[in-house]
Amino acid sequence: MSKPREILLDPLIDNNPIGLQVLGICSALAVTTKMETAVVMSLAVLFVLTTSTVVVSVLRALIPASVRIITQLTIIASMVMVADQFLRAYLYEISLQLSVFVGLIITNCIIMGRAEAFAMQNKPWPTFLDALGNSAGYALVLIVVAAFRELFGSGSLFGITILPTTSMGGWYEPNGLMVLAPGAFILIGCFIWAVRTIRPEQNEEEFHVGALPEPGYEGDLR
Amino acid sequence: MEHYLSLATKAIFVENMALAFFLGMCSFLAVSRKVGTSLGLGLAVIFVLGLTTPLNQILTKTFLEEGALSWLPGGESVNLSFLSYLVLIGTIAAAVQIVEMAIDRFAPALYGSLGVFLPLIAVNCAILGGSLFMVQRDYTLGEATVFGLGSGIGWALAIVALASIRERMSYSDVPPALRGLGITFITVGLMAIGFMSFSGIQL
Repeated sequence: MSKPREILLDPLIDNNPIGLQVLGICSALAVTTKMETAVVMSLAVLFVLTTSTVVVSVLRALIPASVRIITQLTIIASMVMVADQFLRAYLYEISLQLSVFVGLIITNCIIMGRAEAFAMQNKPWPTFLDALGNSAGYALVLIVVAAFRELFGSGSLFGITILPTTSMGGWYEPNGLMVLAPGAFILIGCFIWAVRTIRPEQNEEEFHVGALPEPGYEGDLR
Repeated sequence: MEHYLSLATKAIFVENMALAFFLGMCSFLAVSRKVGTSLGLGLAVIFVLGLTTPLNQILTKTFLEEGALSWLPGGESVNLSFLSYLVLIGTIAAAVQIVEMAIDRFAPALYGSLGVFLPLIAVNCAILGGSLFMVQRDYTLGEATVFGLGSGIGWALAIVALASIRERMSYSDVPPALRGLGITFITVGLMAIGFMSFSGIQL
């Protein structure tokens, strides 16, 4: 059992869920055109991840192995319903912008991944710390990517103009690529590049055709 | 007919699940190292999306929507739409399980090539995304079927294309820090630019 501090801080950079574990990328790309949506999405994921993994951890001795996936999915889906109803009640505008991606937290692989890989084997308190750390690591990538995309794509942060765009009489010509899908992919690629340049031990082995993970190795395939 | 054709083209190319909505990214990146494997996963996704989207459409229209329960005495004012997430994911997980058992029993050869991917598909965001878009856009049963199949084909097309590129790329000299995930993201970004050239096509 590693120390609580390690469990909490490890997923930030050293074992980042998006950068290294390849989890939860779907939503990370889709909600990062603006800071506002990225922050709300991070908070929603924080809520769902902590509550559902703690519940899974409390029930871990009672969940039969054969139906564990669907049990975990049910717990997660219930928590997502709570988060979704809350957003609709208090942050309706943002919930419209997030559209289907709130619902897609259910299949966000970070949550399933942490429930399956950590919560099923650990007590509630370490699970809670692990969930906090992983959602912070997720939020970190989301917010960095969103900051780049909003600043260079629309010249603002949180809707406040930083770089006055030409359409508003300023000097900055916004980079349209940033707000579109391809910009997000390329930015995350560069983000991973930057992190791995600083931390070369995260580099992947050179890939050769045929060197595949086993198809039954679920943790990698989700 | 033309309406369905245009919907299918839109789902396959213009609004590609993987490249425009970022859905199913986890398996998209993890299983795209070899063309054969990614083709298997792609076929499984087409199959499950084409099955669960219409199924969820029927369930939503009969039970969940506001006023959908009016066929029950006193059910006119019941709105169960807050339960939709639970029902959608439940249907998907159950359908995947049943399909897996059926294929195992009746088509063992197909099970050998497709079977390993089926359990993973229950948690693939593209499948749930298909159903959520269907609910949001209020599709009819026919539209839901076409949309489900179309998005599945689009996703399969994207993953097979990416796998072919990655197979070729194993001979290239990529900077060490970009190897693996980093260069894959950038490749997908360039592919997404390519797919964007389909936007604006109207049938």
